[in-house]
Amino acid sequence: MSMTIVDRRLNPKGKSLRNKQRFVHRAREALHESIRRDNGSDKKSDGNKDTIFVPQGKKMVRPKSSKKTAEPRFFHASGTGSVERIYPGNKEFGVGDYIPKPNGGRAGTRGKKASDSGDGEDDFQFILTREDFLDIFFEDLALPDLVKTGLKQIVKHKVERAGLSSSGTAVNLNLLRTMRNSYARRIALHRPRSEEVEELLARVFLIERKTDQTAKERRELSELLERIEHLRGRQRLIPYIDPTDLRYNNFERKPVPNIQAVMFCLMDVSGSMAQYEKELAKSFFMILHLFLERYYKKIDVVFVCHTHEGWEVEEEEFFYGRKTGGTIASTGLKEVHKIIKERFPADSWNIYVAQASDGDNSSGDSDTCIKLLNESILPLCQYYAYVEILDVREMEAFENEENGAELWCAYRGLRADWPNFAMKRIASHSHISPVFRELFQKEEAYG
Amino acid sequence: MGETRPLYKTSEWNFDTMRRTYDAIAEVAERDLGLDTYPNQIEIISTEQMLDAYSSIGMPLMYQHWSFGKHFARDEVLYRKGFAGLAYEIVINSNPCISYNMEDNTMTMQALVMAHAAFGHNHFFKNNRLFREWTDADGILDYLQFAKGFISNCEERHGVKAVELVLDAAHALMDQGVFRYPRPGKLSLKEEETRQRERIEEAAREYSDLYAHTIPGGGQRFTHTPEYRDEMKVRMEHVKLPEENLLYYIEKQSPWLQPWQREIVRIVRKVAQYFYPQKQTKVMNEGCATFVHYHIMNALYDKKLLTDGAMLEFMGIHSNVLMQPDFDDRQFSGINPYALGYAMMTDIKRICVEPDPEGEDHEWFPDIAGCGDWKGVLKDAWENYRDESFILQYLSPRLIRDMHLFGIKDEEGVPHYEVSAIHDEQGYRKIRQVLAQRYDIGYIEPNIQVTKNDVWTIELTHHAMNKVRLAEKPMDATVEHFQTLWKPDSHVTLTSIDENCDELAMSEIKPFGEGDVQENVR
Repeated sequence: MSMTIVDRRLNPKGKSLRNKQRFVHRAREALHESIRRDNGSDKKSDGNKDTIFVPQGKKMVRPKSSKKTAEPRFFHASGTGSVERIYPGNKEFGVGDYIPKPNGGRAGTRGKKASDSGDGEDDFQFILTREDFLDIFFEDLALPDLVKTGLKQIVKHKVERAGLSSSGTAVNLNLLRTMRNSYARRIALHRPRSEEVEELLARVFLIERKTDQTAKERRELSELLERIEHLRGRQRLIPYIDPTDLRYNNFERKPVPNIQAVMFCLMDVSGSMAQYEKELAKSFFMILHLFLERYYKKIDVVFVCHTHEGWEVEEEEFFYGRKTGGTIASTGLKEVHKIIKERFPADSWNIYVAQASDGDNSSGDSDTCIKLLNESILPLCQYYAYVEILDVREMEAFENEENGAELWCAYRGLRADWPNFAMKRIASHSHISPVFRELFQKEEAYG
Repeated sequence: MGETRPLYKTSEWNFDTMRRTYDAIAEVAERDLGLDTYPNQIEIISTEQMLDAYSSIGMPLMYQHWSFGKHFARDEVLYRKGFAGLAYEIVINSNPCISYNMEDNTMTMQALVMAHAAFGHNHFFKNNRLFREWTDADGILDYLQFAKGFISNCEERHGVKAVELVLDAAHALMDQGVFRYPRPGKLSLKEEETRQRERIEEAAREYSDLYAHTIPGGGQRFTHTPEYRDEMKVRMEHVKLPEENLLYYIEKQSPWLQPWQREIVRIVRKVAQYFYPQKQTKVMNEGCATFVHYHIMNALYDKKLLTDGAMLEFMGIHSNVLMQPDFDDRQFSGINPYALGYAMMTDIKRICVEPDPEGEDHEWFPDIAGCGDWKGVLKDAWENYRDESFILQYLSPRLIRDMHLFGIKDEEGVPHYEVSAIHDEQGYRKIRQVLAQRYDIGYIEPNIQVTKNDVWTIELTHHAMNKVRLAEKPMDATVEHFQTLWKPDSHVTLTSIDENCDELAMSEIKPFGEGDVQENVR
């Protein structure tokens, strides 16, 4: 019996990729909803480092069933009519025994396959790549006012290839082109080939070695020598490589805008901020970070904490450190301003500041804050987002935007003067994503 | 004769050991069992490729459609999260018979897979009556190549969306897109292409005389002119009804579809028809392959061609495959076709070789009990039966007792199930009959026919058995798909009637889940 073994392992993989993309495309709408919902409501507060709301690799998504991705068929509804079935593994039943139905015999809700969603199909998870996920999550969001301030640029130069030139340094010599030119020239000018000369020489040696040369041979010898002399003369006249053959790789320095951004995460870590509030703040910062990452190749993140004093911390400490103390918000702002001045000159950096706080501040300090913001920080910033984290109960109480804690009331005035200033309130995980979206909504960026 | 050496000693495989083992397996399969197979083409693939193959319903090439991507997405998660393993192998009913072996398999698994797929399934594909009559192993790959090319051409010409519209709708009707009784013509690439050309030419002619002067501006919108109505009426009167093959009906009769759309409907119908025998022979096909691999591996061991370690590994895998959890076990998810098929075939061997001394087997199987020729009996069964008839014929009282099978009656509106049969004298026949029925496609899949047609109204009738109704939500969506293909502005109704032709009342029923998705032959 004939048999062939074929090794297919080197055949292309991912044959299903296009189909999967088509499916993801179809499911996009449903995905939108579930991604935003999931990220709004998922509890991420188990204090673990992996609680970043978007996993670094891939994301499991459970799309809502939608008409676009359903594959309906005709099939029998379970629990209808009268059906007999056979099962294995009888242990104790006899003919005529009754077994109560799990739900008292109502049609259709029984059976392993009946899904909880009620729509049956599509109740499954699948993996989205991080890129797919973020694309969907950040779709129709944009950085506010990118055009107005422009991306602050310092011009850097990038060396790019720019064809060939006939002059240059030896290291940039393009051997291939040079040799090609040389070859063409040699053919065109009929430069004698070295082999040709060597052949003649060989003949000369052969004759010269003979002791008894005939007259004919002597004549030939002198002809040969003459010919060789002629050829060598031509070879000298027509060089193997001529300066006109030389070609160099040419490089040009092109100015490239250097887009860089720095994000300040400023958080109140004083005693009034409980663990839960901090978690909310962190989730918000995470989203912001991811979002900025998509726009800037290089983004620096600076973490600043404040209690009654402000100081810069490492990421680790920012998210997990514990500190107690009073609350003087302006200390944080001062620290931010100091760092900007020292390390991030505003003409070469896009500066974003996100501040999260529960709104407490020691009395009298709020005026200092306003002054700092007005005079030093807001003029330098691309965008300043203030997020106030409230208790759910407080949230209800402060339904009206006009009321609020110390900082809220103080900051309210800034909104009119500074289009790059925004403030929002959140009380639970489910608020984060909508608030974030509001802050970065494409059209309404500045109203 | 020198001392026999094992075919391989380590679990690593290479092409050399594969070939040597294949030859040894082939020897047993042909000389001892007398199997008759297509030539084999064994393809080594990686896990990713296995996942790919899964989602295009196991075929090496398939046209593009998002639903395959959906299955891929789901399988990928199940696999990556460890909920589901991958099949060790996939085998395709084609000539040569292609089977995929995964590169991660150990040598023992490769041997098992070769015995199972390249001989067990292969023999079944080549000899079973259903496959012989309904599928064309020589033509399938060419046909799929044609289908893939045709559909991708359509996508270029008419856009992916337009093609998906047709494919989505046709897929929804796939289960009702097969001929259950008459034997369809075999696929031949040449004929398909000629027929397709003719159809397009004919359509062009038709378009010029009928469509062109009835529809100003052309296209797919009809003016309700009397001429057109008459023309269609005459055409409709010639349609033979009822028609159970909905896709065939649409392909031939739809007043709306353009030639390329008809062709796509035809492709889906052909694919559905190709898989139709597989749906009806799950138990037998797997049983045959499992029985064959068990026999072959044991024969190799007896010849001292397998080491003890390899044999133990084999037994482990073999018994995993055959696991049949009891109904009250958490892992229970229906009767395992491998387990049932294998058990029945082993039981047939027992009946032939050592029938029950008390005479039970002689009473139930007078033709074969004690005949000794179990190979002949099995080969006859593999050739001539499908699951339903096989169970009806060969499920023995002994096996019913061994498996402790029992019957449950589930009646709507009654708050409890009733045990209707157990493994005793009174129950054997009943269990056999009920179990056989559960494998009858005509019984499991809704029987829906076109019963009345007119250009603007179509009546579909669902013949309900035992008052089992259709799940409503997907039903409405599926009817919508029918409408899309028939004629978007038409009126399509679906009525369920019972055996007495009384209409069944609809009630709010939650759907049953995706039901039985087409499964790969493992």
